[in-house]
Amino acid sequence: MDFELKEEQRQLADALRRWIERDYTFETRRKIVHSPSGTSTQAWNTMVELGLTALPVPEAQGGFGGSAVDMFVVMQELGRGLVVEPYFPTVLGARILQLAGGQEELLQRVAAGQAKLACAFGEAQSRHDLSDIATKMTGPADAPAVSGVKTGVEGGGQADCFIVSARGHGGQRDRDGIALLLVEEDTTGLVIRDGRTIDGRRTAGVTFDHAPATLLAGPGDAWPLLEAAADYGAALLCAESVGVMDALFAATLDYVKTRKQFGVPIGSFQALQHRMADMFIHLEQARSMAMLAAVKVDSADAEERRRVVSAAKARVGEAGRFVGQQAVQLHGGMGVTDELPAAHWFKRLTAIGVTLGDVDYHVRRFAGLEGFRVAG
Amino acid sequence: MDLNYSAEDEAFRAQVREFLAANLPPDLRHKVRHHLRLGKEDYVRWHKIAAAQGWAAPGWPVEYGGTGWNAVQRHIWDEECALAGAPQILPFGVNMVAPVIMAFGSAGQKAHYLPRILNCDDWWCQGYSEPGAGSDLASLTTTAVRDETGEHYIVNGQKTWTTLAQHADMIFCLVRTDPAARKQDGISFLLIDMKSPGITVRPITMLDEEHEVNEVFFDNVRVPVANLVGRENEGWTYAKFLLGHERTGIAGVGRSKRELGFLKALAAKQCVSDGTLLDDPLFAARVAQVEIELMALEVTVLRTIAREDKGPGPEASLLKIKGTEVQQLLTELMLDAAGPAALPFDADYLEGRHEHAAGGDAASDHAPLAAYYFNYRKTSIYGGSNEIQKNIIARMILGL
Repeated sequence: MDFELKEEQRQLADALRRWIERDYTFETRRKIVHSPSGTSTQAWNTMVELGLTALPVPEAQGGFGGSAVDMFVVMQELGRGLVVEPYFPTVLGARILQLAGGQEELLQRVAAGQAKLACAFGEAQSRHDLSDIATKMTGPADAPAVSGVKTGVEGGGQADCFIVSARGHGGQRDRDGIALLLVEEDTTGLVIRDGRTIDGRRTAGVTFDHAPATLLAGPGDAWPLLEAAADYGAALLCAESVGVMDALFAATLDYVKTRKQFGVPIGSFQALQHRMADMFIHLEQARSMAMLAAVKVDSADAEERRRVVSAAKARVGEAGRFVGQQAVQLHGGMGVTDELPAAHWFKRLTAIGVTLGDVDYHVRRFAGLEGFRVAG
Repeated sequence: MDLNYSAEDEAFRAQVREFLAANLPPDLRHKVRHHLRLGKEDYVRWHKIAAAQGWAAPGWPVEYGGTGWNAVQRHIWDEECALAGAPQILPFGVNMVAPVIMAFGSAGQKAHYLPRILNCDDWWCQGYSEPGAGSDLASLTTTAVRDETGEHYIVNGQKTWTTLAQHADMIFCLVRTDPAARKQDGISFLLIDMKSPGITVRPITMLDEEHEVNEVFFDNVRVPVANLVGRENEGWTYAKFLLGHERTGIAGVGRSKRELGFLKALAAKQCVSDGTLLDDPLFAARVAQVEIELMALEVTVLRTIAREDKGPGPEASLLKIKGTEVQQLLTELMLDAAGPAALPFDADYLEGRHEHAAGGDAASDHAPLAAYYFNYRKTSIYGGSNEIQKNIIARMILGL
């Protein structure tokens, strides 16, 4: 058993942290978020240079074949730095491409940083249920098209390609009828409405109207891929959350040690000390689960993967909410302003909390697994 | 990062399981798994079985009769014992007084006491808490004054919350030997024979009506100076050493895993409107959340163990808080799962004098559960209350 990071992983974390401290400061990030595009080509190029886009791509496609644990390291640092570039949707998309097979050229472009991906999975009615799909796949398998409206597509305005879930047949939540398709950004039949999320990211609503597509996985095959990729994404978001919480916790600890009221640092009050201890415990329990998820998300045992990922996403989500809310409370009036970094870590934790399944969704999924009912 | 047990660890686990399958008496296993009360003979019997195998004191150095196991192996042993339903090997001798004797005791003390602790020939209890010194341990007032010959201490005062002192042959005590010194500086560590004239043990009955703890009174008790461990007035150092020795077992992960299984089996037998209680979304969600918390705790424990050389340190406070919260939640859910069936109270059944509880056969699983719930309220209070543990985290880890 070994909980330590490998030397290369530590070096990667250090390199990322140095870049963020030097070039992706809080003020720089604010300018990026409020710029017309909401992202930064320069930042993206640096991330590519640092090898981030190549990391999750297999070696055969010019990547580094990094494990989920390697990605854990990256996501933690991006979380700490609140990096808003569309890296997560690109990585999630690359995961789908890998699981589906084929698409070597596109994966090569992803590895080289030349292609950004977006995952159009959500619809207005679907909330956390990725099988709730009204978007239709039409046309023959060798020349399919997509029609429907997808919402909450992170990085949709910046993407070169969309990975779209659509219904080949069946009722609105029929898992067997789901297909996964690839749609190029510059094809016909696409309307993209780009906007910003509360945590400073880019999101899009995308309308597909008979948009020509390539089939990645057809009905019968697509759901297991989609579910596995979503679990991978959830595990990555857990890692990112831990990075965000680490930074937010450190900032809050620093604040309660320096902020004086009644002539003493507020951290000398026991009520606040216990609050900090509770935040620390949440953070450490969340860190444990994020590590477990990173190690188990690649498991060949799908049931074990579901169990661990749902447990992790639920536990990390609970921690995120507690740590975020308490951090704001402990910062007092300053905590509810947009000026402080703390507010932005809180917003990111909140956004992660409702992405790829919230606490209730994952607790329900965990309790619904076959193994849950097997009494010890 | 690799969170799997190694092949050697798994082989070791198999060996432990084999030993438990062959050597854990079924009646003891039954008592533990069904939350019945254990008597002195139950504890001693299991301790001696483990001792005969050479496994009674896994954490001791080999030279004193320990196993030489690493921290992961010790964790596996604890976990498998708990899962199997083995009685706890009580910590007072093996894990509390023995490390202090090894580190600070005289050659004579080591030669006399350690083999007897290993084999459970003496039952030890701990004399730390006093009516006026609970979490503020250093406020203790029990005095030890040398007599005119200088060969004996005369001990006067009172200890309280003394677990299972009614069975004890020996008590290790913190006593005040220099009333004039700063409160941490005048304390000594004494080993006292419970048969000494002047000692009175008075039972305290707890919420579950169990006689688990006691008050111990000392009225001019004569204790040979040879029973002083280490140096006079340095007992606080040894007590702190002992606290630093608290192991990751404090989290009780193995026991909580066993109880989670019990809880699910119980809930799966309770019929509610359409299905079992374990199918009920609200109840299932509460069970799932405890299970998830326990998973997280287990990984946190393993992270601590992986840093074996450094020892748990102040992180043990986190394990204590979370461990006891999980334990208490589990007992609460068991109570809720049993519902009214948990309410019959039958001490004869709890102490093994009846095969079934009053109220009949079907209630036998359930009758102890209310008592068990009440009993476990102690866990967030003893061993340094959870509030004190938060103070420790705030001060030692967070620097507040």
